[in-house]
Amino acid sequence: MSEKTYAGVTVNCNDEGYLTDFAQWNKEVGAAIAKEEGIEMTDKHWEVINYLQEQHKNGVPLSIRKVGKSGVVNIKELYKLFPGGPLKKSTKIAGIPKPVSCI
Amino acid sequence: MKKSGEIKKMMLILSKATLDNVYACFILANGARMEGIESEIFFTFFGLEAIQKEKLDHLHVATVGNPAMHMPTLLGGLPGMEAVATKMMKSKMEKLDIPPVGEFLEILSASGTKIWACKLAMDMFDLTEKDLIDDLDGVLTVGGFYDRAEGEGTHVIFI
Repeated sequence: MSEKTYAGVTVNCNDEGYLTDFAQWNKEVGAAIAKEEGIEMTDKHWEVINYLQEQHKNGVPLSIRKVGKSGVVNIKELYKLFPGGPLKKSTKIAGIPKPVSCI
Repeated sequence: MKKSGEIKKMMLILSKATLDNVYACFILANGARMEGIESEIFFTFFGLEAIQKEKLDHLHVATVGNPAMHMPTLLGGLPGMEAVATKMMKSKMEKLDIPPVGEFLEILSASGTKIWACKLAMDMFDLTEKDLIDDLDGVLTVGGFYDRAEGEGTHVIFI
């Protein structure tokens, strides 16, 4: 567990840099995490982030397949939006836990 | 912090067409992409069945010669046994959100996994590219496959 400051907000993170308390998240924090990951956020990025947060709130386990079927984004686009591990990166930006799914 | 010995590319060779082997290969390839690791699959011998349009949705688990089925060989050989075991496995997979073979191939391709067919095996089974899925990236010789495996951090796995 460590503390980090994004956009002037101090947040608690786990060893991999994922927020441990979603209440500390806001859009500016998300954008700052994205920047650290080398991602410049666009409207499409935020659409995916909102969808992931919604799913997480409802307790739905996340998988690439589900995101691909969500109607928000297809799998090819998802990989383009978040290069280098799309679910890993997008959940980090969204301030929710890293998915444990293998697919 | 960069770890030493980082995995950059997984080169998988699929030589079998029983469902358990096909899924093992697909999950490894897809899991790599999800971690930001490149992945490619070389379909050879019976593995080619997994990318044949006519066959890929009819693959089975093997009930004979598979001690992990915990089923006497004679029983496993009875008509319909393979179909029952396959149906059970497929329904379990669906519950775990693991897609059927055809959809899985689409996901792999969309995720950037390269899909190659082995030239020699295609000649052996009298197959042409028309028999294979549209997402096929091409037909390769073993040499061509090794060429693509070049580079630091590449691992080759035979299934």
